[in-house]
Amino acid sequence: MRLVVDLNRCQGYAQCVFLAPDVFSLNGEEALRYTPYVDDARREQVAAAMAACPVQAILMDDVVDDMMDDPLPAAFDVHH
Amino acid sequence: MSTTDERGASRAHRPDDSLARLRREGRIVIVGASLAGLRGAETLREEGFAGSLTIIGDEPDRPYDRPPLSKQVLVGGAAADRTTLPRRRAIRAHWRLRTAATGLDLTARRVRLDDGDEVPYDRLLITTGARSRPWPQPAEAELDGVFVLRTNRDAERLGRRLMAGPRRVLVIGAGFTGSEIASACRELGLPVTVVERGPTPLVGALGGVVGQVAAELQREHGVDLRCSVMVTALEGDAAGRLRRAHLSDGTALDVDLAVVALGAVRNTEWLDGSGLGAGPRGVACDAGCRAFDVRGLVTDDVFVAGDVARSPHPLFGYQFLSLDHWGNAVAQAEVAAHNMISPGPDRRPHLWVPAFWSSQFGVNIKSIGVPSMGEEILIAQGSLAEHSFAGVYGCQGRVVAAVTFDQTKWLDFYQQQIETAAPFPPPFRSVDRRPDGLHPVPAEFPDPSLPSHGPTVTLCGYSPTERRIVFTPARA
Repeated sequence: MRLVVDLNRCQGYAQCVFLAPDVFSLNGEEALRYTPYVDDARREQVAAAMAACPVQAILMDDVVDDMMDDPLPAAFDVHH
Repeated sequence: MSTTDERGASRAHRPDDSLARLRREGRIVIVGASLAGLRGAETLREEGFAGSLTIIGDEPDRPYDRPPLSKQVLVGGAAADRTTLPRRRAIRAHWRLRTAATGLDLTARRVRLDDGDEVPYDRLLITTGARSRPWPQPAEAELDGVFVLRTNRDAERLGRRLMAGPRRVLVIGAGFTGSEIASACRELGLPVTVVERGPTPLVGALGGVVGQVAAELQREHGVDLRCSVMVTALEGDAAGRLRRAHLSDGTALDVDLAVVALGAVRNTEWLDGSGLGAGPRGVACDAGCRAFDVRGLVTDDVFVAGDVARSPHPLFGYQFLSLDHWGNAVAQAEVAAHNMISPGPDRRPHLWVPAFWSSQFGVNIKSIGVPSMGEEILIAQGSLAEHSFAGVYGCQGRVVAAVTFDQTKWLDFYQQQIETAAPFPPPFRSVDRRPDGLHPVPAEFPDPSLPSHGPTVTLCGYSPTERRIVFTPARA
């Protein structure tokens, strides 16, 4: 899954760090670091972190949304 | 020949009819496939746009997040090609990637592409952003070992070279990007020299008082920081590899890797000659994100959002602000997209209060408002010496910005202060106020841009749709 944290919103409560320590960490007192791409095995952890975030700053998606896009034109694949 | 009544009736109906048709089967083109373009597209679909949506971008990838590129990506905490932005919803877009827009015909409503194609539109959203300002000497910029950092490709190349263990890294420019790169280098244990033309790092964004703290952070973490110095030349060896940098103080530095971090240039060249009000400082637009043409008239079918936009902000004397902030790209794209498919009375102004963050040397730096407008700063909480504080910026007797180092919890409060044009210096006592926070001191911006005298403005309401502008008399 793809992940982004709105770090304007983030206030360093660090709930995500406890719930998904492989994905989120604190660098120093309150600067959040995270892995922007996580595999399926971490889905439950990240979902728990999203739900627990007091400022709801975490956004995750499934790549399947891309399948709803128009197919790229054939020329795109041929030339590139 | 129709009667006056009939003409009046058809005229009255036309806007609604055409808007309904636009929403149902119109063609919306977004030029710029990054954060603002993606969030704009999502908002269009969210608000019921059912027509065709084309997104044009010159990079090969779907929209990806840039902030991690100067942070976790450089220290190996994330792969450069794995920062693709999550979607809020499906957008059913037609993507034209690896394709640059090269021109715009405002009359025929067509975007020209570098592959010779032309794409017609009913509404256009411009989100072409900015790019790194290149090193001014092209031959020197070509040397092997000279980098910029803006795209995921840049980050991938730079990250690989950092991992290879250069003898010494030179960072040219100590703005946020340069400072974050220096921080990553130290985290990797690499020797790094930072050369900054101004008196301190971050001086343009946060002023010299806070910049001095940034300088201390750098030096305490082992950065060889040289301020009030410029790099005058980059010298290569016979094989075209960087080997030395020459500085304005007459010294030279042996380096095999240099990162040019001299800020960004807005991507507006493709609009040259189009008749749109675009230039090196961005594309001017009104508070509703509608682009101005060169005559100063507002267009009604061309909208702008993100780093490339320059729009007036009522909270800051109606000065045109161009903000290369992550949060602005999101908020402005949402407003632009909403207004593109909404009738006049339902349109909204972009009243987002500027906010940004940076993390460097283990410290979380966040800001709200427009610090560079501040004449004075008051350290309202914590202390500069501890590198943990909240600083409040004032201009003409009102609060215009705040910055925190590892004190993010205070920012929401100061956002309210900014939005209500609260008096500066704050008349109340604050928690954790130290002796050095009793009086404001000059904020020490190198070239303070003072807002013009005029009415101050406050924002009220909570929901974005409820926000209205309320004028209050000038405090003088």
